[in-house]
Amino acid sequence: MSTSFDSALGLGTNNKPWIKVINYFLWALIVIVFAGPLVAIIVGAFSATRDPSQLSLIPQNPSLENFSTALDRNVMLYLGNSLIVVGFGLLFQMLVSVFAAYALARKKFRGRGIAMLLVLATLMLPEEILAIPLSRVLSDVPFIGINLINSLAGMIVPVIAWGFSILVMTEFMKEVPMELEEAARIDGAGELRTFFSVILPTCTPALGVIGVFGFTMIWDQYLLPLIVASDSDMFTLPLALRSLRADPEVGLGVVLVGATLALLPSVIAFLCFQKSFMRGLASGAVKG
Amino acid sequence: MSKSALIERSRRSERLPSAPTRRRSGRRTGAFWVPWAFLAPALVLFLLFKFIPMGEAVMTSFQNVRPFLGNQWVGLQNYNALLSSDDFQGAVWHTLLLGVGQTVGSLLLGFTLALLLEGQAKRLWFVRSAAFLPVVAPMAVIAEVWRIIYHPTGDGIANQILSWIALEPSQWINSPDSSLVSVMLVGIWRGAPYDMIIIVAGLVSVDRSLYEASALDGAGPLRRILYVTLPALRPVIAILLTLAAIRGMRVFTEVFLLTNGGPNGSSEVVMTLIYKLGFERNQLGIAAAGSVLLFAATVALTLLIQLARRRKE
Repeated sequence: MSTSFDSALGLGTNNKPWIKVINYFLWALIVIVFAGPLVAIIVGAFSATRDPSQLSLIPQNPSLENFSTALDRNVMLYLGNSLIVVGFGLLFQMLVSVFAAYALARKKFRGRGIAMLLVLATLMLPEEILAIPLSRVLSDVPFIGINLINSLAGMIVPVIAWGFSILVMTEFMKEVPMELEEAARIDGAGELRTFFSVILPTCTPALGVIGVFGFTMIWDQYLLPLIVASDSDMFTLPLALRSLRADPEVGLGVVLVGATLALLPSVIAFLCFQKSFMRGLASGAVKG
Repeated sequence: MSKSALIERSRRSERLPSAPTRRRSGRRTGAFWVPWAFLAPALVLFLLFKFIPMGEAVMTSFQNVRPFLGNQWVGLQNYNALLSSDDFQGAVWHTLLLGVGQTVGSLLLGFTLALLLEGQAKRLWFVRSAAFLPVVAPMAVIAEVWRIIYHPTGDGIANQILSWIALEPSQWINSPDSSLVSVMLVGIWRGAPYDMIIIVAGLVSVDRSLYEASALDGAGPLRRILYVTLPALRPVIAILLTLAAIRGMRVFTEVFLLTNGGPNGSSEVVMTLIYKLGFERNQLGIAAAGSVLLFAATVALTLLIQLARRRKE
């Protein structure tokens, strides 16, 4: 017998009809179990049902009623807040990561080991561990003395420097051949010129990776906005979901509208940058 | 290609691997402050929002925080109060249960999914992408949809599924008996697709000829998985366990949104307890002690795993 195995179970090469049927059944089941609840959120946002126990994959009484109620409940404000936080947060996060990675990957200097160690140490200091003192620090930022509590800036500034993003970028930048940089220097390009017109363009795949990971990380932030926002005006979408749910005058449909608006950007970002995402996952996992 | 680059390249190829010449000084051009200037934004932000808060947590953990009266040094009193409280002991126990349950559950389910969905075909890729959506969806959204699924009446979706297999409806997150397991199920649902993707990536590197060899030796699919696939995946699984263990210790958002530690503290974890101590009960010193202990546990676990990994190599 010469069956070839392209996988551990050899399902792909098995041509027995009943195996195929089982296969398709399992695939459908997997899609329904994992993607179904998320699709049901979107469907529910467009349905006029008021039953709090039901979710359906098939639209019932399609209507935009939920959306008009949601507008009255400031959902657009929350969406706007979320977009501002993720927009500025991601822009600055990528800039800071790329700068730091450039130094760590392309330069040899005294203290490089210590700098690397500091970046690694921050991986062990996530928002969760720091929540209590972070809220105090944000209310009176050391050396600067400003209060960032109850401001969008308070949600942006702490996520700008992210160890994971710096380390991923550093790994990618190590791969760029040294000759490129030396050639640029000989042509008389300064540090910043070399950086922006020689190194950065070679790193676009890596920018995709840290971009999509940074987006997901900032968009999923919960604890930080929770300790920063004290008025509902400053709520991001994830925070607003909880208060919408607790509002007795608001039906389930409106909560689902908020959930849809919070869900779609991350799904779209994932689908558009899927390759970068998978690449980042693989490299992150291999390096631990 | 510039001249110096060519010289550099020829010099490099001449060098013997063992020669300890540190002559690649091409990198050390420019002023000494240039790398630090590039690093400065990151380091300053880390200092302000990571290291200073950590220092503050350590300081506060030895103090009795009294607004307007000034803080008081109390030594280890906060740690004593925390460690001896039933709430904290319960929270540690729940965190461990939740962490172990989610980690093992996600890994088993993720491994099963990976075996089912391994391959290059376009339809497999589609199923994998669809299954991966829970990983990218914000936790807050996931919590809302699971609250609906866990609706405690007989009409609730989870209860309907129970009724198909002739089981009594459950109260899910609303009962002390099932709250922790309910949170765990959500964690497994979200964690399994992540593990699946990493394992699928690992499966690519398994030597196909070993499958055929084992088939020729008369091994069935189960033995093939046990003796060929699993040993090849060992490093991948080790990494997944490490990441999950470290993440599991600081679980917060899903518990906060699904049960907020309730009912009756039946699903309280370390982070939800610290949050309550710090922001609701205003016991900042004790909350800080909890943060420091959580940090110490994270560091200890990370070092332990690194040590174990190194010893194996």
